[in-house]
Amino acid sequence: MWDYTKSVMDHFSNPRNVGRIDNPDGVGEVGSLACGDALKLYLKIDKETGKIEDAKFQTFGCASAIASASALTEMIKGLSVEEAMKLTNDDIARFLGGLPEQKMHCSVMGKEALEAAVANFKGEKVEEHQDAAVVCKCFWVDEEKIRHQIREHKLTTVEEVTHYTKAGGGCGGCVPDIKRILAEETGKAAEPKETPAMTNLQRIKLITAIIESKVAPMLRQDGGDIELIDIDGVDVYVKLRGACAGCAGAKATLHNIVQETLRKEVDSKITIVEVK
Amino acid sequence: MSDIRQVYLDNNATCMVSPGVRDVMLPFFGELYGNPSSMHNFGGQVAVHVKAAREQVAALLNASPDEIVFTSCGTESDNHAIRGVLEATPEKKHIVTTKVEHPAVLNVYRFLEKKKGYRLTILPVSRQGDLNLDELRAALTPDTAILSVMAANNETGTLFPIDEIGAIAREKGVIFHTDAVQAVGKIPIDLKKIPADLLSLSGHKLHTPKGIGALFIRKGTRISPFMIGGHQENGRRAGTENVPYVVALGKACEEAMNDIFEENNRVRKLRDKLEEGLHSTIRHTYINGNPRWRLPNTSNIGFEFIEGEAILLHLSAAGIAASSGSACTSGSLEPSHVLMAMETPFSYAHGSVRFSLSKFTTEDEIDYALRVIPPVIQKLREMSPFYDPTK
Repeated sequence: MWDYTKSVMDHFSNPRNVGRIDNPDGVGEVGSLACGDALKLYLKIDKETGKIEDAKFQTFGCASAIASASALTEMIKGLSVEEAMKLTNDDIARFLGGLPEQKMHCSVMGKEALEAAVANFKGEKVEEHQDAAVVCKCFWVDEEKIRHQIREHKLTTVEEVTHYTKAGGGCGGCVPDIKRILAEETGKAAEPKETPAMTNLQRIKLITAIIESKVAPMLRQDGGDIELIDIDGVDVYVKLRGACAGCAGAKATLHNIVQETLRKEVDSKITIVEVK
Repeated sequence: MSDIRQVYLDNNATCMVSPGVRDVMLPFFGELYGNPSSMHNFGGQVAVHVKAAREQVAALLNASPDEIVFTSCGTESDNHAIRGVLEATPEKKHIVTTKVEHPAVLNVYRFLEKKKGYRLTILPVSRQGDLNLDELRAALTPDTAILSVMAANNETGTLFPIDEIGAIAREKGVIFHTDAVQAVGKIPIDLKKIPADLLSLSGHKLHTPKGIGALFIRKGTRISPFMIGGHQENGRRAGTENVPYVVALGKACEEAMNDIFEENNRVRKLRDKLEEGLHSTIRHTYINGNPRWRLPNTSNIGFEFIEGEAILLHLSAAGIAASSGSACTSGSLEPSHVLMAMETPFSYAHGSVRFSLSKFTTEDEIDYALRVIPPVIQKLREMSPFYDPTK
């Protein structure tokens, strides 16, 4: 059995604001029968003040989907549209005292329904999935949503992406795509430091800085060290000293750690060359 | 709710220990602590009970006592059967099973395919969960080492014709293993008539505590031991016998043999009352599995437009225990592999609930369930964006 909080069980057992609103000012609908959960959110909005006067929902889903929808409606009533849009799915989960990691996608569904309802209110066209952009064909999750969740929650593994978006949770056919997106997104974190056309001087400076600020402290923590000898294009010449100097396996690991770090931070083509 | 009570309708998951079974175990936690292999009276007086238990298990299956090996659970029996046969038949590299097997079988086959290089054929099932026997026959080749087909499906209760399947396997010279964990004790199984070479069973589906199972190995079947060590179980399963639980399994099989008529009739009537009651009062409900060719205790019902975990939690709050093939209950995101193999429509796959009865289920309990379940379904449907009350 899931370890649901009292608040989740309360909102599940006695959901607030269930139903429809006649002549709503905004309606947002996300999910489907095939996906196993869906949420339809109705908003009544005062056009003068932009305040959400009433919110109601209908949902198809598990206890956390129902509780998330109930929580969402309680949270947004009385807020202005702008204030409501600032809420994140984490806020919904927090409101409920937390959700099991595997159920975080339920709170994401709440946030998405809100976005869709507000877009509908503003008369914006809700973007349809473009078939080409759909990554997970089981749950119809597009690349944009995956990238958004990776950035917002600093996700690093496929499993985490599945918990937040459901992508990859069905046949698993899209797992390689999710890995690629993850690699691109996590690689991106270093991108701003990298100007498109890096001069040799910039590259040398960046490599030196990364080794000093990141790589060396990491190695020193375990009793090892690194000394930068030379840089020739993408070849970085270093002296490596592991904690266990005579151990070939440890040395190889060390080599890989240094190379991976520099590839991630500076240039994917970098090769570490060890000098004696 | 003032008359709140506990109604256990999840007997395919596990069931209560029968009072008779509990009673026969107790002396083995006291004075009867000897090792049945010992050459003194402490051992000897215990060995008699182990021997009797083996005869009781054999009697239920119409097998010979020396064809029964005690194991720790149904999963061990399945692993022993499949991997033991493959080890004894190293020249054959093809294995066959079905899409709807229990993970204790299916995941072993998948492991063998991925890690051990076996060629694996997984047979599909129809919308009702039935196998196509022509397809099964065609799948068996001279290179096929073993075929595993369950006797009864744990989720839907659908029965496979293991007598016919065994005959086909025999004709093709393929060893036939059947996982009968859900079937044993619920329907008569006569191994003189069913040509199975190996049959797995589990105690806790038969009213013993968890932690005991058995594997039937037909005389002459080539199979390697799964546990290597001492000479217990004729050298086929080393390890000092779990005597209290072995005795429990013997007693449970004896009770099952006496009760099987009741299982087949009284329980079937209660199951039908529950199913018909729900089906007639709640619209948009569907029976999953083959409604005629089915275990007498199992009913798997799909409630359209709502989700299983939500149903189960509401039922649990009202004291009713059931289970669901819905994705959300397991932490996976897709409905159960059994419902998916049957191509169950998504509109009710996610809202499918399994009710499984036992010989301890009473009519009062079914009446209570019939009162409690419809309003729960209605409450959730009223919340669902897909439910149209006018239809």
